[in-house]
Amino acid sequence: MTKEEIGNRGDDMMIETTNPKPKIENPDEFNVHYLQLYYGKLFPYIEFHKWLSYGHDGKHPGCDESYFNRREFSFTLQNDVYTRYRSFKNASAMENDIKEKCPYKIDIGAVYSVDPSKRKAYSESGSNVFVPVERELVFDIDITDYDDVRYCCSGADVCSNCWPLMTVAIKVIDTSLREDFGFKHILWVFSGRRGVHCWVCDAKARRLTNEQRSAVAEYFRVYKGNENNARKVALMGFSLHPFLARSYVDYLKDFFEGELQATQSIFSSKEKYEKILDMISDEGIQSELREKWENSARSSLSEEAISRTRWEQLKNTLQSKKQKAPALRMCVEEIVFTFTYPRIDLEVSKQMNHLLKAPFCVHPKTGRVCVPIDPNNCDEFDPLAVPTLSQLIEEINSGGDRMEEDDDDLDRTLLGKSIKFFRSSFLEPLLKSCKEEIESSYKAKIEKSKDSLSW
Amino acid sequence: MEVIRSQKRTVSNDVVSNPTIPLYLTAPFMEVRLEEFELFAIDRLRVLKGVSDGLARGKNPKEMDDLVDSLWKEHMRHSDVSEMLNKDIISHFVLRLVYCRSDELKKWFLSMETALFRHRFRIKSFQVQRATVGDFGLSYKPVTGAQVESLKEKLGQVIRSTGEKSPNVETVYYKVPFEEVPDLVAGRRVFIQKGYAFVAGSQLVSMVITQFRSHLSKALILTNRKWMTTIREREKDRLTPIVEALSTSYLGPDYSQSNEYADISLKDIDQVSKSSFPLCMRHLFEKLREDHHLKHGGRMQLGLFLKGVGLKLDDALAFWRAEFTKKVGAEKFDKEYAYSIRHNYGKEGKRTDYTPYACQKIISSAPGVGDHHGCPYRHFSEDNLRAALGRMGLSSRGMEDVMDKVRNKHYQLACTLTFEAVYGTSCDAGINHPNQYFEESQKILKSKTPSAPV
Repeated sequence: MTKEEIGNRGDDMMIETTNPKPKIENPDEFNVHYLQLYYGKLFPYIEFHKWLSYGHDGKHPGCDESYFNRREFSFTLQNDVYTRYRSFKNASAMENDIKEKCPYKIDIGAVYSVDPSKRKAYSESGSNVFVPVERELVFDIDITDYDDVRYCCSGADVCSNCWPLMTVAIKVIDTSLREDFGFKHILWVFSGRRGVHCWVCDAKARRLTNEQRSAVAEYFRVYKGNENNARKVALMGFSLHPFLARSYVDYLKDFFEGELQATQSIFSSKEKYEKILDMISDEGIQSELREKWENSARSSLSEEAISRTRWEQLKNTLQSKKQKAPALRMCVEEIVFTFTYPRIDLEVSKQMNHLLKAPFCVHPKTGRVCVPIDPNNCDEFDPLAVPTLSQLIEEINSGGDRMEEDDDDLDRTLLGKSIKFFRSSFLEPLLKSCKEEIESSYKAKIEKSKDSLSW
Repeated sequence: MEVIRSQKRTVSNDVVSNPTIPLYLTAPFMEVRLEEFELFAIDRLRVLKGVSDGLARGKNPKEMDDLVDSLWKEHMRHSDVSEMLNKDIISHFVLRLVYCRSDELKKWFLSMETALFRHRFRIKSFQVQRATVGDFGLSYKPVTGAQVESLKEKLGQVIRSTGEKSPNVETVYYKVPFEEVPDLVAGRRVFIQKGYAFVAGSQLVSMVITQFRSHLSKALILTNRKWMTTIREREKDRLTPIVEALSTSYLGPDYSQSNEYADISLKDIDQVSKSSFPLCMRHLFEKLREDHHLKHGGRMQLGLFLKGVGLKLDDALAFWRAEFTKKVGAEKFDKEYAYSIRHNYGKEGKRTDYTPYACQKIISSAPGVGDHHGCPYRHFSEDNLRAALGRMGLSSRGMEDVMDKVRNKHYQLACTLTFEAVYGTSCDAGINHPNQYFEESQKILKSKTPSAPV
């Protein structure tokens, strides 16, 4: 719900269009007939089903064939009717239902203890058997949450100047999930309009309790500010935690001083730099810098150059005063973190039964497909180049939709690259480790039953 | 019935002077006299209530250690060590019965018992701590020597990041799956590598707490089941009345139902918000009037408070609709927001009647971008707080007193002082619930202006 609200706030703000730039929003891209064709010909049902079965495909005696069937799906239909607790026996049941209902949005929920569509019958039996038992660890990052630090767009708008904020977020979180938490099967997905979703699919991640999910989410939380406090990030202590230190050194600092300065010129005007001066908890330094900058306002330099100079001045001033004021110890880092550190919507991550939009959905406002993003090459991802529904339909009409044939054919279609990436970089390694896990737990079970027999 | 002690101990001198803390894993078989059943439970409740107050005051861990130590000595001490252990165990199991009976009660008991255990554990010696870990059957291999050495820099970084200036990397670390120490992970108080957290010897308490909490949580569910199916009926003339009376005596009043002072209607709401709302609610109320919108956290905090002060469901819907439609339009309001308001009043979903948030919950919330909920004394910057207090009419002297409490993280005391400054009377009970603030204020205002004679 909160997401929709923010979206609306953004929509209200779309007034001036003096400087036409590529817009993510595109109402001509989406309609129900296109969507029917998309679900009819392009949606990757097989991959989708394989993913969410996690190796429980009935081929191994240790498989749990009810696994996929216990997963909750929810559809948002054309007339905004929202239906929760749908479930499917198998891939073709899912395919048929999606084709028939043609949902504007598909959400994926948790795997429950019993088939979610039959939860009523179970609840009548009295005991509390309908509970979520597994769920990917998910993260949701929205560009709207960066509105106070980006000057090119606001609300749901995204452009190539502010998208790199998302790219940095992917790098920071992805690295930590792998290096710190030891996860391997991580899927990043473009949310279709203004952000990214992350699905951590390792068995261990899927079985985390709510408390453990919250712990991981809190580990990532740095941003504690709210509307009533200018200092949004407070870094305490005498050094950064190793995770924050690595993020700072490897990604945030360079991004702040390079790309962010180039695209946002965050010190170039009084309005902009006052926000940063507010973060310095020393009035002497604030007024010293303010004076310097007010006097240098009439300069022939470019906005970017002014911004860079001011940042250097701020750093030098803080450096020289550091000894005297311990509260300023982390001030430079705090400013960098405020502008660049990922702002995750943590509530989404904390609860097992929270729904999240499925990959390969089409965003109704932009017409763009929620395609996977390769974290190793996320710098190259351009949200404005993501295929739209109408482009895909055009391709089908010109005969370019034969995508199931083989991988080479896939490369030639708009959506093919994404499906190929999903298959080879995410799905195959995932299924391999799922099979290994099923095999080893099956063996252990056999061993155990042998033991008990011999007694 | 025979007295059978399941936890029979050989009372060596060591145990007498420094006993481990019982883990309450199984209910003891022993004979308990009826008056002890109740008296022991009341003594333990006094301790738990003291813990709850300490936490609400925002005491730091060290202060909590001291508090728990003195509470325990005051209420639970006995000259005979085995008697003391008995009292500890009996009182715990009696309170399980008392507090297993609803989710709200369970939650309170679970967090207070866990806090109690945490601080009792922390003040024990390292030997006793290790012995307690052993009692739990946790067998973590310590990491020492070369491996600690190779991670020394990172481990030192973690210690410095928590505010220690010169890091003393400890000699013993335990390598445990990160899932087993969620509180250390959440606070970034451990180094994590490839799924394993390196827990320092001095952080043993976290591992034990996780076990303690999950064990107790499961046990409460089982106790609840037994209570519902057999005990309540079987003991209806003997234990049941005692059990039912015990829980209400110490949880403080329940603000989910409005009472005589709390019955406001739509036309008074603006006036009442100025005269009787605590700062957290005043702020939300003003922001809503200003922005015609509040994000989820704010809607919950304010919405449930308003329910507690007696705003009826129909009035609540009208109130929120009037504001939100200015921003999002009536259709969107009815579709997306009306549900959650009815939900708060128990008319949708699980149909639970949700209770208004107490200070402790509000203080511990974490408002993010665009949020206005939370506790102003904790979440506002100093400048914003001063401005807000100024608007409530505090003198500069009163303001300094409040700010002093804020600096020492006594947020509820800060709110209490604000109350006292605004109404010019003392508030001995202290503020621990926004609805309590409201009611106390209404009491004062109504006593000052007696209703006009007819």
